[in-house]
Amino acid sequence: MSQASTAPLGRYQLSQLDFLEAEAIYIMREVAAEFERPVLLFSGGKDSLVMLRLAEKAFWPGAIPFPVMHVDTGHNFPEVMEFRDRRLAEAGVRLVVASVQEQIDAGKVVEPTGRWASRNRLQTAALLEAMEEHGFTAAFGGARRDEEKARAKERVFSFRDEFGQWDPKQQRPELWNVYNTMINPGEHIRVFPLSNWTELDVWGYIAREQLELPAIYYSHQRTVFERDGILLSDSPYINRGEDEELFEATVRYRTVGDMTCTGAVRSSATTLEEIMAEIAATRITERGQTRADDRSSEAAMEDRKREGYF
Amino acid sequence: MSTDILRFATAGSVDDGKSTLIGRLLFDSKSIFEDQLDAVERTSRGRGEEQTNLALLTDGLRAEREQGITIDVAYRYFATPRRTFIIADTPGHIQYTRNMVTGASTSDLAVILVDARKGLQEQSRRHAFLTTLLQVPHLVVAVNKMDLVDYSQERFEEIKQEFTAFATKLDVNDLTFIPISALHGDNVVDRSINMPWYDGSSLLHHLENVHIASDRNLIDARFPVQYVIRPQRAADPELHDYRGYAGTVAGGVFKAGDEVMHLPSGLTTRIAKILTADGELDEVFPPMSVTMLLEDEIDISRGDMLCRPNNQPEVSQDIEAMVCWMAESRKLTPRSRLVVKHTTRTAKAVVRDVRYRLDVNTLHRDEDASDLALNEIGRVSLRATQPLFADEYKDNRLTGGFILIEEGTNTTVGAGMIVRAE
Repeated sequence: MSQASTAPLGRYQLSQLDFLEAEAIYIMREVAAEFERPVLLFSGGKDSLVMLRLAEKAFWPGAIPFPVMHVDTGHNFPEVMEFRDRRLAEAGVRLVVASVQEQIDAGKVVEPTGRWASRNRLQTAALLEAMEEHGFTAAFGGARRDEEKARAKERVFSFRDEFGQWDPKQQRPELWNVYNTMINPGEHIRVFPLSNWTELDVWGYIAREQLELPAIYYSHQRTVFERDGILLSDSPYINRGEDEELFEATVRYRTVGDMTCTGAVRSSATTLEEIMAEIAATRITERGQTRADDRSSEAAMEDRKREGYF
Repeated sequence: MSTDILRFATAGSVDDGKSTLIGRLLFDSKSIFEDQLDAVERTSRGRGEEQTNLALLTDGLRAEREQGITIDVAYRYFATPRRTFIIADTPGHIQYTRNMVTGASTSDLAVILVDARKGLQEQSRRHAFLTTLLQVPHLVVAVNKMDLVDYSQERFEEIKQEFTAFATKLDVNDLTFIPISALHGDNVVDRSINMPWYDGSSLLHHLENVHIASDRNLIDARFPVQYVIRPQRAADPELHDYRGYAGTVAGGVFKAGDEVMHLPSGLTTRIAKILTADGELDEVFPPMSVTMLLEDEIDISRGDMLCRPNNQPEVSQDIEAMVCWMAESRKLTPRSRLVVKHTTRTAKAVVRDVRYRLDVNTLHRDEDASDLALNEIGRVSLRATQPLFADEYKDNRLTGGFILIEEGTNTTVGAGMIVRAE
């Protein structure tokens, strides 16, 4: 790099975290002002915890003017569920659960089978049905453009048709900070306030705001097995082959999703500072390192997004 | 780590080496990860390409990878110790002009790539024009593939002179020329040893050091009211009369105690407090998101604006603007009925006249034109159902820009830049 020093910020300049926070708060207020029934998608993971904090700030000292929704595969990390309930109670927001299990029980979707069985893709149906049932017209998601190449192309306000589909070739032009929020009945908009954040920005914000996270983000001992280079946690939800041997490892989670497709990384980082140092040094993306669901094809994310995925 | 953010757009076709340049900036700043590079190498090999095709890093959509072109804007992120960067990688083809306009609208700087062998092309002129139309404050012309012209100073100077002559027709504030070879890395991150005659900065050094803090309008105070916060909590008597006007500062500096004027009423009051969830602030500037408490009770709602009694935007229903038309299925014509969204204010509008259409390649004004088709740009007069609080786009991109929405389909069909309100 050409320079090693950090330039001091002058008067009337915002640091990158202040800039990103201001932009996200603007986006959240725009949604609250223009949509009748917004909802915030919430998994209990780090990005959704940042979103919840931003929502608290955007409407302070008022309450957050929308509920949160968890699309629940039933295959969650127990530590994350416990944390979800505690944090939402503290924030005083209403939780709507869109249950994949209920969809399976009602025969609306079919449980995948086999070694690679995961309910990840079934989340789309549960999400879309809950959107319709509750009449939600806008859904905040925590997706970031730095996560994945299809996401890098997506607008901040991303239009979805009555089937929840994303059409990457027909995206609405998005200029300045003027967002088109108009939709017809049955359609909705996915809104991504963290579009311009990177993984390091999220961690930097967590550190600055001193946000509490589920314990699995920090280093701990866990019984795991290896599949396709990803360390998966042993759990009743996963179909482990006889050739896949269990072992103990010191790990943490870099992302938190469904137990069947979220991998752990070997790590001894027990503090935010250690985690940030680790991420700054890593040469592998978070989805590449920890998500089995992105590996099925080159355009796996684009295909899922077209169907209405997050 | 506290650094500021520079947003820049890149324009040029794949043939100009745009993707190679972005790939190199990301690679040299360690922002490309091994698994991303592995995936790109795998795909390149699978297609029988000899070299790793770095365009695959930013052309993220299936259709783009199939056709080998950039269709829509991709955003990429990298940081150096000095700055955080957001790249809007925009398409160069004329049929995707609307997507380039989208990418340029939020950019502080644009990098236009010119192939040193081919010199200034029609599309280089178009990119330069669109960049200046959107008032991107800084323009860099990166003369690429210098290795293929033997790093010739003469060739570089030729292109520089030709471009400078063309730029006199444009409204360019800051124009910089850098001779580079994206493929070999000359003058991208480090100064090239192959061009000792060049005494300017490398591209990255320029991006890290270009002064952008004064690009924002810090003179004309503008606060579009976005949302009214009225906490309904009986338990807290302190909040009983709380009425906070939330929004993002669009121009100027507001200080607690300042006298402000409310539009459209024209009533004046003072700022009692400027608040955020983190506490009270003495002064705020763009683009901070804050909440204002005012001394007097005035009827204020979303779409209104706070400014200064002695410095107001034009309050008018009649707007003259340069419009980039973005609809595939219909043209903009006189009497077109549309929705205009300008700052936090939404109104209906009717097109009164198309004054002229601008040829984006030659800048020729066609005064006989009576409509604008997809990707065409022209000067248009509109009348809105409600007054807009309009600044000229050249003075403030946030209070001078608007979008046009088609009723029924709800698609964004136009981008407008205010020339004059009357």
